[in-house]
Amino acid sequence: MERKTRIEIAKPGLDGHDRGAKYIARALKDAGYEVIYTGIRQTPESIVATAIQEDVDFVGLSLLSGAHNELFPRVVELLKTEGAEDIIVFGGGVIPEEDIEPLTKKGIQAIFRPGTPISAVIDFIESKKKTTAA
Amino acid sequence: MEIVKGIVAGNIRSIARAVSIVENNMEGKEELLDELHTHTGNAVVWGITGPPGAGKSTLADRLIQKERSEGKKVAVIAVDPSSPFTGGSLLGDRLRMQTHATDPGVFIRSMASRGHLGGISTAAFDAVKIFDAAGYDTIMVETIGVGQTEVEIIELSDIVMLVLVPGMGDEIQAMKAGVMEIGDIFVVNKSDREGAERLKAEVEYVLMISEKPKESPQKKICMTSARDNTGIDELHRILQTKHTEDLKSGFLEEKRKHRLNKELSNLFYLKTREFLEEQLSIGAQMDTWIEGIYKKEIKPYKFISEKMKELKKEYVKG
Repeated sequence: MERKTRIEIAKPGLDGHDRGAKYIARALKDAGYEVIYTGIRQTPESIVATAIQEDVDFVGLSLLSGAHNELFPRVVELLKTEGAEDIIVFGGGVIPEEDIEPLTKKGIQAIFRPGTPISAVIDFIESKKKTTAA
Repeated sequence: MEIVKGIVAGNIRSIARAVSIVENNMEGKEELLDELHTHTGNAVVWGITGPPGAGKSTLADRLIQKERSEGKKVAVIAVDPSSPFTGGSLLGDRLRMQTHATDPGVFIRSMASRGHLGGISTAAFDAVKIFDAAGYDTIMVETIGVGQTEVEIIELSDIVMLVLVPGMGDEIQAMKAGVMEIGDIFVVNKSDREGAERLKAEVEYVLMISEKPKESPQKKICMTSARDNTGIDELHRILQTKHTEDLKSGFLEEKRKHRLNKELSNLFYLKTREFLEEQLSIGAQMDTWIEGIYKKEIKPYKFISEKMKELKKEYVKG
């Protein structure tokens, strides 16, 4: 039996704008993935604890408050501390162009900005998931 | 097995991996469960079931809090439906329990039903064993929002809570076969709403007129509002008292043996079926047989009994 791909969608930080996160969660469900949705106001610690308990392959972070440069890399760091660096982190939200490269360097493997078609996210997951299948 | 050591030591990653192994039916599953078997039997399993939106997850969240205040370790298995069309699933139950996410004494695992129809997933049975072996004192299994026939949660739990809310219909709904028979404890949630008292009275009435064997324990009704955290202390007390009573009366042992009976029979059927399919190469010959039956050249029952005769000659001695 093929291993099902599991994805956590979470919103770190304090902004409550969850339409984007909910849209992504639904679209990924419709694409056949198992999506664990944790809702708003999550800390990097709770996001990482969830990722490990749920044994996910991907963590998708959505953030619109502007704190992405602190919170996204913190999630990657904590995953490493927990020995779970095999979990792939991607992000989305209102993120300035010039922040993308530094974030990628810190281990966030893709950033999807407003207006990205959902197919781009699915292509990303499909291209990465084979290497994560246990 | 390395992973077994990790699980028994309570290592979170090992436990999480093991649940994925049983969920995906991966290699090593049977050996894993066999290795864990001697470590199981200490946890108490509570089932939480009821219609969609009844407040099952919020109730679970409150019960986690109660158990934690007594220093117990808690695992929650929350099942949500998979889409029959895409196979995808949006698992949102843990949203209501997320305040416990970073508590090392709480492990929450979301599971998709993956086409299984009983209200829980097949792997939930095995996941319970993993958490049991890992030393969790209480394991709660939350079903998908059930209708009237998803009764499998009884097979899995020591105690089943059926969560009901006012405004679901008249007492005839409550009298229908199936769902009312699965609860050990009836929780009337959202008790601040209009109609809660009437619902309680209706449930009491149905329980009063329903026939049951004399030796089976009394069913309990409890009014709660999980959102406002009222009635939770009482529910928790009922759960604990019932467990103590069932343990003392031997009812729990009987229930667990009945569960083993079901599990073992299922395994026998499953394995026998796999064996038969291999031996008879059913899949490969099916088309020919169907063709014959369709053209009325083969009588179906005569055909089957001849096949069975062949089989018995080959595999049954004497």
